[in-house]
Amino acid sequence: MLGRIHSIDTFTTLDGPGIRTAIFMQGCCLQCKYCHNPDTWKAKSGDSKEYSPEALMHIIMRGKPYFDASGGGITFSGGEPLLQHDFIKEIFVRCQQTGISTAFDSSLYVSQNMVESLLDCTDLVLADIKHIDPIKSLNLVGASNESNLSNIELINNYQIPIWIRYVVVPGWTDDVKDVEAMSRFITPLDYVERVDLLPYHSLGKHKWAMLGLEYKLDDIHPPPPGQMIKLKSIIEELTRKQVVIHE
Amino acid sequence: MQAWEGFKPGRWVDNIDVRDFIQKNYHPYDGDSSFLSSTSDKTSQLWKKCQELLRAEYRNGGVLAVDARTPITITSHPPAYIDQELETIVGVQTDQPLKRAINVWGGLRSSIKACHAYGYEPDEQVVDFFKKYRPTHNDGVFAVYTPEMKLARRVGIITGLPDSYGRGRIIGDYRRVPLYGIDHLAAAKERDLELMNKKMGSHSIQLREEVFKQIKALQDIKKMAAGYGFDISNPANNALEAVQWLYFTYLAAVKEQNGAAMSLGRIANFLDIYIERDMKQGFITEIEAQELIDQLVIKLRFVRHLRSPEYNELFAGDPNWVTESIGGMGVDGRHLVTRTSYRILNTLYNLGPAPEPNMTVLWSENLPDDFKHFCSELSINTSTLQYENDDLMRRYYGDDYAIACCVSAMKIGQETQFFGARCNLAKLLLYALNGGRDEMTGEQVGVEASVYEGSILEYDKVLRRFKIQMEWLSELYVNTMNVIHYMHDKYAYEALQFALHDTTIHYYMAFGIAGLSVAADSLSAIKYARVKAIKDERGIINNFVIDGDFPKFGNDDARVDRIAADLVKDFISSLQKHPAYKNAEHTLSILTITSNVMYGKHTGTTPDGRQIGQPLAPGANPLHGREEHGALAACNSVAQLDYRYARDGISFTFSTIPSALGVVKEEQIANLTGLLSGYFKQDAHHMNVNVLNLETLEEAMSHPEKYPDLTIRISGYAVHFIKLTREQQEEVIMRTFFKRM
Repeated sequence: MLGRIHSIDTFTTLDGPGIRTAIFMQGCCLQCKYCHNPDTWKAKSGDSKEYSPEALMHIIMRGKPYFDASGGGITFSGGEPLLQHDFIKEIFVRCQQTGISTAFDSSLYVSQNMVESLLDCTDLVLADIKHIDPIKSLNLVGASNESNLSNIELINNYQIPIWIRYVVVPGWTDDVKDVEAMSRFITPLDYVERVDLLPYHSLGKHKWAMLGLEYKLDDIHPPPPGQMIKLKSIIEELTRKQVVIHE
Repeated sequence: MQAWEGFKPGRWVDNIDVRDFIQKNYHPYDGDSSFLSSTSDKTSQLWKKCQELLRAEYRNGGVLAVDARTPITITSHPPAYIDQELETIVGVQTDQPLKRAINVWGGLRSSIKACHAYGYEPDEQVVDFFKKYRPTHNDGVFAVYTPEMKLARRVGIITGLPDSYGRGRIIGDYRRVPLYGIDHLAAAKERDLELMNKKMGSHSIQLREEVFKQIKALQDIKKMAAGYGFDISNPANNALEAVQWLYFTYLAAVKEQNGAAMSLGRIANFLDIYIERDMKQGFITEIEAQELIDQLVIKLRFVRHLRSPEYNELFAGDPNWVTESIGGMGVDGRHLVTRTSYRILNTLYNLGPAPEPNMTVLWSENLPDDFKHFCSELSINTSTLQYENDDLMRRYYGDDYAIACCVSAMKIGQETQFFGARCNLAKLLLYALNGGRDEMTGEQVGVEASVYEGSILEYDKVLRRFKIQMEWLSELYVNTMNVIHYMHDKYAYEALQFALHDTTIHYYMAFGIAGLSVAADSLSAIKYARVKAIKDERGIINNFVIDGDFPKFGNDDARVDRIAADLVKDFISSLQKHPAYKNAEHTLSILTITSNVMYGKHTGTTPDGRQIGQPLAPGANPLHGREEHGALAACNSVAQLDYRYARDGISFTFSTIPSALGVVKEEQIANLTGLLSGYFKQDAHHMNVNVLNLETLEEAMSHPEKYPDLTIRISGYAVHFIKLTREQQEEVIMRTFFKRM
């Protein structure tokens, strides 16, 4: 079995606790308007490479001293990593055997069985909520959000720690009512440990042009810091969970 | 004796043994930084005046004033002050703070050039005296250099050699003077003279003369200190005296010598013992203790030497490498962190970030967590620290060693090194292709052979040719160093610094490599891709067509990392074949300071695709932009270089943006600590840590006046960013800042 990998970053600190090696999988089922890695959408692309589990494990193991020292591990991201859940499972099982903590960062706009297949060997899920409203979700990312929300509940029921990630896109996802609704969804989920708010940025825009795609958020600017703080306190107040604003 | 009252006695009482004194009397501190105090009012006022002087110096083109009349010695200048009322610790090099004197012992020509560079005319009588009556180190070297040595130096296969300035990298054990007083130290040296072999051969004659000079130097510090109203014949009685005695001794050293690196050693725990004793008796408070250290550090930040423009090109930003080694572990398992380890680091908060002293944390897995986090946070806030692996070095040097310059470890007072700059390995590879002809000038420099025949480069063939040139260069390099250090001893002997060593010294001869990653990548390209060599009209190979991909150093790929590791091992073995002056032990560093820019300028296009004139990578870093798998992969590649074969240090500079270390400050601190731990656990040697925003650097280039304190670390030292040349600034910016995809 081979995994198709867009790229590997051996040192990230933003995709779970501690120092982590992030593996960005090729291929995605969504087309988020703000995506900063549209080059990961296609199932195959020029720059992606196939890795055997052994080859990938070799790279992962090289980070072990750093994971041990910092409480880190590995995170599969993408693209949509769960499209290659068999490969990830293979890696996760091996990681757990050697004491490396496992995480995946997914949109969870995938079928339930994909998620289920990994639950036995996953230590942390970074779960996107793209939009709490099904229609707005469809407009923003090209799909409705039923599977997203039900998968989060599934993971929560399985008692796996979850970090929610929410991208704040002015005019799209920053409506206070939507954020309140999302908070109400999160509140009863005991295994949601924290909520990460990611301000929209246009750093990936050049990739759209390179791929010949039309970037539709041209006139959207990053949310002002005040707006991020306001949303943070709304979520904190309603959910009583830790909320972290990314740069 | 009153001075030693309350100290636990030991072997140090009857022998000169500062380590034993420290081990018997220091108290490891396990707590956090909450006890630290801010700077005293007096120090704040003083520092404000100092900052005005520093600004004036910057506005004046980097040099405030020059005394072009009085060659500097320990006793050449009368006492001077910044503001006597505000100074707890006194003493400056010349008759005015920041005024630079001429130090002619290293070389007359470079002194004259340095004066001219800043619009001064050196005193005629002085010039005349040195021209007619007193050869300098530089005269001595050039009297003996062979034409081959001169050529190698000129084309830049070996450069930066200390043949016209002080060699430095010698650490006097400055703690000996406060602990024992001058008279005791002088008497001990007299005794050494008495016990010496009376059979007069060239070695014993030389040694007798050297010790004679050492004793005179000790007497000179006494005179210098007396000028300031202090009698340092006897040991220091309290913390204030201990700091002052120690500083006088260091001051005398930087008056006597303009060595490239005039490092301080490992003084914090020594001083901590005095501070603790005074505190216990209620003589001083925390704020006064901090004042002593702040004031000492102010003085260390005011050390100045007059340098020529060529020198500045090699070592940019006016560095002195007043390196202080902090932390580490004792061989008995106790850590060597004291409150004064914190206090000296705290000066970076109290006085603001600055390159000097060159704060070097000796990292051990077993350091207290609070201390590790304090250091990481300081790195994130100021980018002023470098870290070196104590768990690795302690195996070789015990627990009372210090770092000279950037990465050169030595036992304090027992070992020293002969500094040897570095050779350009990337250029040597081009010599291998061109039969020893220099690709820039076309001259025959290395072993004469035919230019590589055939157009596709074959790995085995190239490697064989490379080894031949390496053998040639090694012999030439060792012999050149022997000349330099023989002459330095003869004409510019560091009498004071050696007076603060045992009379029997173990010497290292420290060779160096520049361009390791370019050489390794080039060989990797030849091995794993198809590299076609292209000759120019002179018949010299100076361009390449690369077909296919190849593993590049910095991606944790064993195929190329091993090539790099083997190059290091082969080169040191080759150097060891040739005996070194004073029976020195050969060592090797992978360190460039800022000279990687200059070396690159004089190196043709290389088979890895690096273009002619482009900078080499600094130290052991991968070449800019070649890391494809992020920071851990780069760290791991560098960690593959075995310290055993590069005992003079393996320098790696890690630069990142704050947000890449984590979302919130606590995470950033924990992750940086984790990064250091993971790196050093693999027996890696050194890491400079820069945590900066690229935008800040770019802004500082356009508006230097807004960033007087912006400090960054480069290959083993720290500099004020605005004091770099534009070219060097650009190189720093070009260098990879690890960011996520």
